Amino acid sequence: MIEGIPIYHFLIVSTIMFFVGVCGFIIRRNLITMLMAVELILNSVNINFVVFNRYLYPDQLQGHFFTLFIVGVAATEAAVAIALIINIYRRFKSIEVQNVSEMKF
Amino acid sequence: MTGYAYTVLIPLIPLCMFLVLGLLTVKWKPIVFGIMGTVGMGTSFVLSLITAINYFFVVGPGPNGFEPIIATKVTWLRLTEFLHIDLGVMLDPISVMMLVVITTVSLMVHLYSMGYMKGEVGFQRFYAFLSLFSFSMLGLVLATNIFQMYIFWELVGVSSFLLIGYYYEKPSAVAASKKAFIVTRFADLGFLIGILVLSFYTKTFDFADLTAPNTTIFAESASVSFIGVSVFTWAMLLIFMGGAGKSAMFPLHIWLPDAMEGPTPVSALIHAATMVVAGVYLVARMFPVFHFQAPGALEVVAWVGGFTSLFAAVIAMTQFDIKRVLAFSTLSQIGYMMLALGVSGYGGEEGLGYMASMFHLFTHAMFKALLFLGAGSIIHAVHSNDMNDMGGLRKYMPITHITFLIACLTISGIPPFSGFFSKDEILVAAHNYSNTLFSIEYITAGLTAFYMFRLYFRVFWGNERHYHHTPHESPLVMTIPLMVLAFASIFSGFLPFSELVTSDKIGFETETHLMVALPSVLIGVLGIVVAWILYKKESLVPKSITEKLGIVYTATFNKFYIDEVYLFVTKRVIFNYISRPVAWFDRQIIDGFMVGIGKVTEKTSYEIKEMQSGQLQHYAFAFVAGTLILVLSLLYCLV
Repeated sequence: MIEGIPIYHFLIVSTIMFFVGVCGFIIRRNLITMLMAVELILNSVNINFVVFNRYLYPDQLQGHFFTLFIVGVAATEAAVAIALIINIYRRFKSIEVQNVSEMKF
Repeated sequence: MTGYAYTVLIPLIPLCMFLVLGLLTVKWKPIVFGIMGTVGMGTSFVLSLITAINYFFVVGPGPNGFEPIIATKVTWLRLTEFLHIDLGVMLDPISVMMLVVITTVSLMVHLYSMGYMKGEVGFQRFYAFLSLFSFSMLGLVLATNIFQMYIFWELVGVSSFLLIGYYYEKPSAVAASKKAFIVTRFADLGFLIGILVLSFYTKTFDFADLTAPNTTIFAESASVSFIGVSVFTWAMLLIFMGGAGKSAMFPLHIWLPDAMEGPTPVSALIHAATMVVAGVYLVARMFPVFHFQAPGALEVVAWVGGFTSLFAAVIAMTQFDIKRVLAFSTLSQIGYMMLALGVSGYGGEEGLGYMASMFHLFTHAMFKALLFLGAGSIIHAVHSNDMNDMGGLRKYMPITHITFLIACLTISGIPPFSGFFSKDEILVAAHNYSNTLFSIEYITAGLTAFYMFRLYFRVFWGNERHYHHTPHESPLVMTIPLMVLAFASIFSGFLPFSELVTSDKIGFETETHLMVALPSVLIGVLGIVVAWILYKKESLVPKSITEKLGIVYTATFNKFYIDEVYLFVTKRVIFNYISRPVAWFDRQIIDGFMVGIGKVTEKTSYEIKEMQSGQLQHYAFAFVAGTLILVLSLLYCLV
C-alpha cells in the first residue's frame, strides 16, 4: 500500500498505456514502431499485475513473479520479432506493413 | 481337449493358397500355380479323410451316438455377456461327411482344371478363386454357430459370383454372375432376418444349444406368434428362404441354369456338388429346430422340394445345352434332398428321410460332379455346348463315354450303382409321409432316367457331326478325376450311411424295400428304354412329338417363362413405378438440397472474401473492435 496514492491512479496510467499501444499497433506503418506498441501493451499489463498484487494481496508475490516472467518472454519475443522483421526487410526491401500483404485470398 | 485341433487346417490351407495365388505376381508357368493349388487341396483332402476315419471308425459312436465335437473355438464378437459370435470348428456326422464330399470333389476339380483350363487367360486367378471357394465352403460346413455359417455363406456367394463371371469379357457371363449374386443375396436377406428373429427369442447363435434334443430355450417364447403363426415357424421359414436361394429351389432357381456360363469345372464344383447343397445342409443342420419348433416350415420344405424336383425334370427334357440339362437335373436332385428332409421324422427309423437326404447329397455330389466333368470333357473335344453339334462321340472318347454312362445309370437309380440306394431311401421316406409326394418322386425318377439318357444317346450315339477337328479323348489329367469319381459313384452306395449319419446321431439298420425299389427301378428302365427308342438312332420321331405337344413344349422349352415373369416384375413394375420415382426424388430433392447448400456457401464466400485483405492492421483493428464490443456489451447490456 502506497500512502496517498489510490489504486485508480495506477489503473488509469496502465489503461492509457494499453490504448496508446493498441492505437500505435493499428495506426503506425513501421513494423519496428508496431513492435514497440506491442511492448507498450505488455508493459501496461505488467503494471496491472503488480498493482493488483500490491493492493489486494500484499502478503503474496504471484503478481510480481508473473511480471518478471512476462518481461523475460517479452525480451525473447522482441528478439524473434526483430529477426522476422529483418527477414521481411530482405524480401521486400521495406518494413512498411502495408507492403507485406501477400497473405490474402 | 480333443485330438481334433488340426481340423482347423482343413479350411485354412485353401485360404493360404488363395492368398498366395492371389497376391503372387511372379511370371511362372501357369501350370505351377495349378500344381500349387492342387497340392494345397490335396493336403486338405488327406486331413479330411483322416478326420472322417478317426471320427466315424476309430473313435466311433458313444452311448448317445456320435457326439458333436467343438475342435477349436475363438470368441470373435462379444455382443453381450451371453450373446457372442464365435468362429470355430465343429465336427459332427454331417459336417465330417461334408468335409469329405467337398475336399474330394474340390481336389478332383483342381486336378481336372489343369487340363481343362490349359492356356486360358487368368489361370492363376482361376486357381485363387477355386481355393477361396473351397475355404469358404469348408468354413461353412464346419461352423459352430449360425452366424459363422452366415459369414461363410456370403463368402461362397462371392466366390461363386467371381467364378461364374470368370470370362468377364463375355457379356452373358457378366449378366449371369450378377443374376446369381442378386438372386442369392435377395434370399440371404431372408436368412439374415431369420437368424435375427431366432436369436432374439433364443438368445443364442450356437448350433449346440439350438439343436440339443431336450432344449428349453424355445419354451419361453413358444407361444409368441405373428399373424397367427408362431415366431419360430417364421424364423425357420425365413432361414429356409436363404437355403432355397442357395440351393436354387423354385421360385428362386432362375440363377442356376444361367450360372453355367462359368467354366465347366466350376459348374461341377460349385453348381452341382457343393455350394448348391449348402441349403440342404442348412436345413439338415437346423433339423431339430425345424422338427420340434416349426413342423409347418418343414412341410413347406417338403413341398417346395417335391415341386422343384418335378418342375426341373420336366424342363430338363427339352433343353439342348448339355450343361443346362445337367443344371436342371441338379435342381431336380436337390429337390429330392429337400423333400427327404421335409418328410423326415426325428430319431431312429423315423429319421429315415434325414439320413436318406444326406446319403443322396453324398452320392449326388459324386455322380453329378462326374457328369459335369464328363460334359466338360465333351465340350473340350467338340468346342460347343449344344447337343445338336454332337453325336457318335463314343468312338473317339472311350473313357469319357464309359464314365458318363456310369454316371447316367447312377442318377437313373439303376442298381447296384450308388444312386439307387440313396434314391430308394428317399422314396421310402416319402412313401411313409404322403402319397402325392411319393408319386411326384416316382414320375421324376422316370423323367430323370429319360432326360439323362436322351443326353447320353444324343451325344455318344447317333450320327457323327461335322467337327472342327477330329474329337479326341481328353488328357490323362482330366480322365483320372473322371475315373476316380466313377469309382465313387459305383461304390459309395455301399457305405453304411444309416449307421453313421442320422438325425439323432444314433445309427439304425435299413433294408431295401422291395415294394418301393422294384417299381422305381422299373420306371427308371422305362425312361431309359424310351430314350433308347427315340434317340439311339436319329429319327424325326422326337421332332414330330414336340410338334404335337405344341404350346406345352414351347412353354417347357422356355422354362415356363419364369425368367420373363421375373423380368416383368423387376423391369416393368419395380423399375418404373418404384425405382424411377425414388431416383427422381433422390436426384432432384435430396441432391438438390445438398447442391443448394454448397452453392449458397460458395456465393457468400465469394462475396465476403474481399474482407481478407492481407493488411495486418485491418485484422488487428477488427480484433480489437470485436473485443471491445464484446466487453462493452457484457458490461452494460447483459448484466
